Amino acid sequence: MSDLESFREETVAWLEANCPPEMRQPMVDESDICWGGKNPTFKPGQKEWMDKMAAKGWTVPDWPKEYGGGGLSRAETKILLQEMGRLKIRSPLSSFGIWMLGPALLHFGSEEQKLHFLPPIARGEVRWCQGYSEPGSGSDLASLQTSAEDKGDHYLINGQKIWTSYADKADWIFCLTRTDKTTKHKGISFMLFDMTNEGVETKPIVLISGQSAFCETFFTDVEVPKTYGEGVSSVVGEVNRGWDVAKYLLGHERSMISGDGSSGATSLGSKFADQYGRDEMGRLDDPMLRAQMAEMDIDVLAFRAMAERFGDTFKANLCHPAQPNMMKYAGTEINKRRHELIMSAGGSEVLEWESDASNGGLTARGWLRTKANSIEGGTSEVMLNVVSKQILQLPNA
Amino acid sequence: MPLYLNDDQKMLQDSAADFMKGEGNVAHFREFRDKNCKDGFSHALWKQFAEMGFTGILVSEDEGGLGLGHTEAGVVLEEIGRNLTPSPFLTTAVAGVEALNAGGKALRDKYFPGILSGDSVLALAIDEGAKHRPDQIAMAATRAGNGFKLDGKKQFVVQGGSADTLIVAARTSGSAGDDKGLTLFAVDTSVGGLSRDSVRLVDSAMAAHVEFDGVVVDADAVIGEVDEGGAVLKRMLNAGRAGAAAETLGVGAGAMDITVDYIKGRKQFDTIIGSFQALQHRTAHLYSEMEIARATVLKAQQMLDEGSSKAEMMVSVAKAKAGKATSLSVKEGVQMHGGVGMTDEYDIGLYMKRDRALAEFMGDTNYHTNLVAEMHGY
Ligand SMILES: Cc1cc2nc3c(=O)[nH]c(=O)nc-3n(C[C@H](O)[C@H](O)[C@H](O)COP(=O)(O)OP(=O)(O)OC[C@H]3O[C@@H](n4cnc5c(N)ncnc54)[C@H](O)[C@@H]3O)c2cc1C
Ligand SMILES: Cc1cc2nc3c(=O)[nH]c(=O)nc-3n(C[C@H](O)[C@H](O)[C@H](O)COP(=O)(O)OP(=O)(O)OC[C@H]3O[C@@H](n4cnc5c(N)ncnc54)[C@H](O)[C@@H]3O)c2cc1C
Repeated sequence: MSDLESFREETVAWLEANCPPEMRQPMVDESDICWGGKNPTFKPGQKEWMDKMAAKGWTVPDWPKEYGGGGLSRAETKILLQEMGRLKIRSPLSSFGIWMLGPALLHFGSEEQKLHFLPPIARGEVRWCQGYSEPGSGSDLASLQTSAEDKGDHYLINGQKIWTSYADKADWIFCLTRTDKTTKHKGISFMLFDMTNEGVETKPIVLISGQSAFCETFFTDVEVPKTYGEGVSSVVGEVNRGWDVAKYLLGHERSMISGDGSSGATSLGSKFADQYGRDEMGRLDDPMLRAQMAEMDIDVLAFRAMAERFGDTFKANLCHPAQPNMMKYAGTEINKRRHELIMSAGGSEVLEWESDASNGGLTARGWLRTKANSIEGGTSEVMLNVVSKQILQLPNA
Repeated sequence: MPLYLNDDQKMLQDSAADFMKGEGNVAHFREFRDKNCKDGFSHALWKQFAEMGFTGILVSEDEGGLGLGHTEAGVVLEEIGRNLTPSPFLTTAVAGVEALNAGGKALRDKYFPGILSGDSVLALAIDEGAKHRPDQIAMAATRAGNGFKLDGKKQFVVQGGSADTLIVAARTSGSAGDDKGLTLFAVDTSVGGLSRDSVRLVDSAMAAHVEFDGVVVDADAVIGEVDEGGAVLKRMLNAGRAGAAAETLGVGAGAMDITVDYIKGRKQFDTIIGSFQALQHRTAHLYSEMEIARATVLKAQQMLDEGSSKAEMMVSVAKAKAGKATSLSVKEGVQMHGGVGMTDEYDIGLYMKRDRALAEFMGDTNYHTNLVAEMHGY
């Protein structure tokens, strides 16, 4: 047996033996996501599963062991995720620390910063939020104004962020601030600080889905120390060069969001045929809907192949650096279309917003949430701009 | 297997790209179209295909070929598509060889030498109506002596007029729509009772209407088992469909490249039109569709090469997705060329015509989308 085959066997055996039954039920909605953090709310089985996986480093399987990871190779990581998928095992921990800050620190952080910040992320002890957007700086993120004044041993932060997802639940923030007002891209720094600092305030924003996953975040004379210990600077990368870190992180964010394009049931049609009704030939009993479902099946399977290819070429350094933008664009547009179809298959039943039968309007709320996919992390239009300029090399106006 | 070409495959890609660009380019295509060649392709070029080893890609090394797979065949097909290279490669060296690979050694010994040397051309006689419906094959093959007598008609037999051998799907029992009862035959076109009427297609390729009027073949002509041709047909169709998807992908990629190039040079309103966001967003969208199509084609080929049980689903996904993306590419291409896109002088229209013909070959996007729904059980 090859090493990978035996790794697969051992992994399956361990997962089977250790994963609590509650973590093998499909997630119902966003409240089933385990975020960890300093003030966690755990549902049954969540903490046990997170701790067991963290002990093996498998909340972040491909991070190095010294930073709390599993030290797995790409092939091993793929096997772990495959087997978790096959056994319908939920992710033990979701976090902006894992998806975004972690990769940025691994790339740009000092050794001391990595040792200080990464293991608590891997163990789910600190919950992070992303302070990028501002009321006047969305697509044109580099125009941001939140200022960080150098006060010798600390920075003084003033300004406002917006759309900060889960800012009210987060312990720490990775935040873009302006440390030089005389230039645009080269005057931004990437800072890490505690949300319990004096002068940090958050105010939830209610979304069209009725949920309020994000906040306006206000900073009034917030004092951020320059270091959290020897070599543990509060700034990642160089001062004024935070834009490089921000862009690198956005690459990860975009790849992550694009994953929505390949998630969910493989075949919408086979899922809905039973519910919707079949004709005497066993076909979904609405030819137009059936055709749309089949087209969606094609697009989802196709996007999955693309996601696999993207992963393979990304790791082997064979893809264009702007490729995550294309993935983000394509994946999110597919996901939105898929939810339109789900609504259309559900008919009047999924319009029920507060009934028990609709589980509190779960389908409709999920549909509304997907509309943000092509906005968050950079809009589809911005993705297309990047692809046309950087990949197709089309000229500026 | 990672979802990108390995070093050997990349080398093959480089040599196929150089070859098609040099010998089988659009100028070559125009030359053969304009002289109204009855075969629609150059036999000399076909010989060169053989010298390059391309015709033996799917033939085992023991039998004198390269012993490579569908991925490698796809690499060559993509370059064929990109350059609109006229050749019988897809019907002969991909689908034809794959059918023969499912048959006995005697058949392979008989046909492979001619294919390997570039002397032989194979064509596929499957469709009986205007749309690809292999499950509806009705043409009859009745027992006669120690062989069979074939009666019926086939259409859209691409390269059928130039072929020396036809791979014919007919019914030895049952009726249209039945799972069993199909048999595949390798039929020499010189045999009595067979008539061929070649017509030029929209893309300037040639396809024949073939009539079988009491064509007698002996039992040796059967590929695989009598009544069990469904399995051989499936294997041939998988290879042909994946191959057609790869060629389609090349057509789409070629059309996209010349379009992007064009809008980088064309000036209107004192501006390069490629700087207009209205065009940039559409080309970027097109690029993304083409990239996704590329992933499906490679995935389907790799799955065929691995012998995966799910390959058939991915082949249909690839044929449908490559068809959709390329159709978008050629349409956007003509539109973004403006008026000159409508002229014969510019190449973009040639790509549009080739796409239309390839779309119908071995099932269009709708056909394969429906198959995917059926494979999913709804
Ligand atoms: C669910 C969700 C979660 C989010 N989470 C976070 C978070 O955690 N942290 C954070 O910092 N931010 C977050 N955001 C903010 C997000 O990054 C911004 O909303 C996004 O970058 C767009 O900025 P904007 O909303 O200001 O839109 P605008 O920039 O005002 O854009 C408005 C419209 O104009 C278009 N447009 C703008 N510029 C161009 C151009 N050059 N060419 C063509 N079209 C253009 C846009 O595509 C869009 O359609 C989140 C957003 C959402 C919806
Ligand atoms: C069949 C046919 C018959 C015709 N008959 C006549 C006739 O009888 N008399 C006559 O005078 N002309 C005629 N024309 C010419 C026709 O009017 C032009 O082809 C048309 O105006 C487009 O100009 P163009 O071909 O130079 O394309 P271009 O202007 O070069 O455009 C190329 C592409 O760029 C796009 N584009 C250009 N500017 C912009 C912009 N600002 N923003 C976004 N996209 C832009 C266009 O939409 C197009 O997709 C005919 C053309 C055809 C095809």
